[in-house]
Order: sequence, then structure tokens, then C-alpha cells
Amino acid sequence: MIDAPSSTWFTAAPHWQWYIILYFFLGGLAGGCYFLGTLIAIVGRAADMKLARLGFYIAFPLVLVCGFLLTIDLGRPERFWHMLIQRNTLLPMFKYWSPMSIGSWALAIFGLFTFISFVGALADEERRWPAFDRLGIPWERLRFTVPALLARMFEVTGGIFGLYVAGYTGVLLAVTNRPIWSDTPLLGMLFVVSAASTSAALMILIATRRGWSMPGLRSLHRMDAWVIMLEVLVLIGVVVSLGSVARAWLNAWGALLLVVMVFGLIVPLALSWRARGRHALDLTTASALVLAGGFLLRVVIVLSAESV
Amino acid sequence: MAEPMGFYTDTTVCIGCKACEVACKEWNQLPSTNGGVNTMSGDSYDNTRRLDGIHWRHVKFIEQFSEDRTGGRWLLMSDVCKHCVQAGCLEVCPTGAIIRTEFDTVVIQSNTCNGCRDCIAACPFGVIDINPVSNTAQKCTLCYDRLQGGLEPACSKACPTKSIQFGTVKELRERAQRRVDQLHEAGEKRAYLYGADEKMLGGLNSFYLLVDKPETYGLPPDPKLPSRQLVPGTVATVLGAIMVGLAGIFSFRNRGSGEPAGATEDTPA
Repeated sequence: MIDAPSSTWFTAAPHWQWYIILYFFLGGLAGGCYFLGTLIAIVGRAADMKLARLGFYIAFPLVLVCGFLLTIDLGRPERFWHMLIQRNTLLPMFKYWSPMSIGSWALAIFGLFTFISFVGALADEERRWPAFDRLGIPWERLRFTVPALLARMFEVTGGIFGLYVAGYTGVLLAVTNRPIWSDTPLLGMLFVVSAASTSAALMILIATRRGWSMPGLRSLHRMDAWVIMLEVLVLIGVVVSLGSVARAWLNAWGALLLVVMVFGLIVPLALSWRARGRHALDLTTASALVLAGGFLLRVVIVLSAESV
Repeated sequence: MAEPMGFYTDTTVCIGCKACEVACKEWNQLPSTNGGVNTMSGDSYDNTRRLDGIHWRHVKFIEQFSEDRTGGRWLLMSDVCKHCVQAGCLEVCPTGAIIRTEFDTVVIQSNTCNGCRDCIAACPFGVIDINPVSNTAQKCTLCYDRLQGGLEPACSKACPTKSIQFGTVKELRERAQRRVDQLHEAGEKRAYLYGADEKMLGGLNSFYLLVDKPETYGLPPDPKLPSRQLVPGTVATVLGAIMVGLAGIFSFRNRGSGEPAGATEDTPA
């Protein structure tokens, strides 16, 4: 290791693998979809509220999956609560300077927000799945108990937590001593931007599949194009900020990253540019590519450092 | 707090006997590798290979030989946790399992660790790994139990050449400096101390006398704390989130259809 480009080369891999990669991806989607749901609920039109609710419907189940993934990834899953509560004193365990510590709290609190917004979205539905009606919850009464302003303030707070959950994972990787991860401060930025682009893509994909055509869908698509452009720039920024460390990507991982750049970002951008102005938007392919790209991006970032 | 305690390892007198490894394994009741089946590295006389959850001491064999094997030398170094004064593992540990003891050493409490492995990624020296028996992160404790009983750590006790020396960090530093001076006088000008002052992570309580570049021994030339990326990483992420938010607001406001924006439907949370 005489010619190591950084002192990070002398460290050991933490074996964060598929559960963590999946968590980074799904956590980004949960946070991003909740954020988009909030955004649409505030600046969207009445017809767009269905789209806003879709964001809340996606977020809650995904947070549950995230919690499960993180727990089974632990060496001792039955001690998952040590992240939040001190084992010996039963006092809260919180270290503001440890991203994993704040992240655990953020995910737990965000989980509460997603649950309440999930229930709220159900209450607001004209027609629910029969299963939810059979629960005996007075949905109609629930709908009018919360003032709109309070609801929006609640969602904005939850949306901030959502973006936090989407982005902190990149900071978590940076606050280590591993190659690539801790050699750039931009992974958090990359993850939060990528979470927004994949979340918009997922919502567009589901909405298109269900044959929805509210005006907000077009706005969401326009937003996704902006965010993907931003993501291209941030990804270039990541490579530049790595400097000589970027040579760790002169292999199959780098090739995969190039695939992500081309097929996960540039091709979808070109596809959505072509679809611009047409009456009926078909963004299924573009959205699916963005989602696959977002997943592969995390695969490359996590596993390329594991293999140094 | 008691006086800070540590190790001074003089690599020039290490003979690679691995008595320290054995003593460590015995005292700490660490399991054998691969269930006791002999595993050869195949490219070195060193078959331990690296520090991990069941090897808290590792004698590194650096075999510096020319292609034709006519000239060369062995560098031997008994590696261990550095018990950094500013410890990266302790910094990131989200459960509080990693503590600083009254001897200024760094110890992982196995009954608190939940195996998240953040400390493995945070350690600048690649010291920590999961012990497959406890499924928690483990490393050298500087024999915390022995220290509490007034004994010296098992490894330094077993070392037959005094390559590993145990004592107060203050006294060890003085002793190590005298040895460097002695080596310089004897013509070994390459001798120097690695981690014996506050410049490196506030000081390594387990520091080394080396005669080649740190990289040669597999040691980082410039180890840093993981928290160096905390503020820049957070600022960049917040900037990213703001840009995402602006892109969202801009895209939904600017529909190009001339219709007024704003929700009219009353949607509870």
C-alpha cells in the first residue's frame, strides 16, 4: 500500500452490503416521496391532491421496510433499541456528532410523521380500500378534525425530516475513514438530490400506470428534469472532489458508474425532453431508468469502497 | 483518573515470535481462526494476516526482498489498537458501547454493542472487526480487566524481547525517545516515533518506533478523525435539499398555463 492515494486506504471495510444499499435506496424514496407529497399538498391544485396522497402512501410502508432492513443488518438485531436508549441507564442515547445516532432518531421520528400522514391521506380519500373501511375508524370525522394550516405545518416538518432521512446516509458514509466515502463531502448532497429524482420518478411511474392525468404530474415531471440535471452536476462534482482517489473507480465500478450516468440520468433526461409538449406524457421508460439508476448509484458508492 | 497507560512498541527488536498474539488470545479467550483448521496465507510466513474481531494483536511480517532474493530485510511489527486520544471509533459509536476508561484507553463494551459496524469504518487504522462468536465489534482492550487488577497486559508480559513495553504514556515516551537517540548514534538514522506526540489524533497511547515510512508497515501516514467531514458534509447536504426544494417550488409554480397556483382542497394531514 506504498502508493495509496489517501490515508483512508489503510482502514477496514465495515461489510455494509445489500441490506444497507437497499436501505439507502428505499429510505431515499420514503423521504423523497413524503417531501413531494408535502410540496404538492401546498403548491399543487385541488386535482393534484391525489398525487400528494400517493407520496404519503408510499412513504409509510417504505419506512417500515427500512427499519426492518436496518435491524436485520445488525450483528445483534435484538439490540436495535441500543441506538435510541442507553442500555444501562435507559436514558435517551443521542450523539449529535454521530450521523448514525441522529439518523436513528430521524428515522424513528420520520416514521411517526409518515404514519400520521398515511392515516390522514386515507381519511381524505373519497373511496378507500374496503379493508380500511372495515377497521371501524370514523374516517369522515377524522377528515375535518385537523385545521388545514396545522396539517400543512405538520407535513412541512415531516418533509424536512424526510429530506434528512434521504440525505444523512451520504453524510454517514462521509463521517468514516473509508476510501471514497470519506474522501468527499458531497455524498450527502448526491443522495438527497438522487432521492428527489427517484421519488419523482416513482410517483410519475405509479401515476402513469394508473392512468392519472392531473396537471401536477406535468409539474412533477418538470421538477424531475431539473433535479436530474442537478444530479449530473453533483455526480461530476463528486468525481472532481475525489481528486486522485477517483482512480479507485478505474475498474468495473467506474464503468457501472458511467452506465448510471448515461442510462440513469442522461437518457431519461433526453426521453423527457422528447416527450415535452406532447399532450399525453409517457414517461414509463424514463422513470424506470431513473429508479434503476438511483439504485445502481448506491450499489457503486457502497460496494466500490468495500472492495478497495 | 489514573495516569494514561499505553504501549510503546519498538519494532527494531521484534523477532516475530508471536508470543504476544498467543498471550492475547489465551487471556481474552478469543476463538481460533476457521475453527482451528490450519490456514496458510500462501505468500508470507505470517498466517494471521490482519487484526480483526478474534485477533487483537497481529505481528506484521514485512518482507522486503529483491526479486532474486540476494538482499533484503525483515520488518516485524506487533500491531494493536492505538488507543487514540481522539478516537474515531468512539466518536461515531451510536450506542455508547465504546468508552474511554480511567486509564485513558478505549474499550468496546460487548454487552452494549449491537454490531452496527460504524466503528469499523471509522477507525483510521483498520483495527476493529466483528467477532463471529459474539457478533459484536471487538478489539484490544489494553487488558482492561488485568489493569483493574493491577496486572500488566498479557501481550507485553509475554514479549521476550521487550519489543512491546507497557507503562504510563509519559514515561514510555521518554523511554522511546532515548531509544531513538541511541539508534541515531549507532547509525540507524531512519528510526523515528510514530504517534508519540499530540499531532497524530491527540497522541496514540499505543505508539511505535519505526525505521521505514508508515505506509511500509501498513500504517496511514496521515490518520484523521471521521468528524472532519461532518460539517462540510452536512452543509453540502442542506444545500442539496434547498436546491431540490427550489426546483420543486419553481416547477409547480411555473406551469406555463396561466392558471393560479395554490391548493383549494382542504386536506387534513
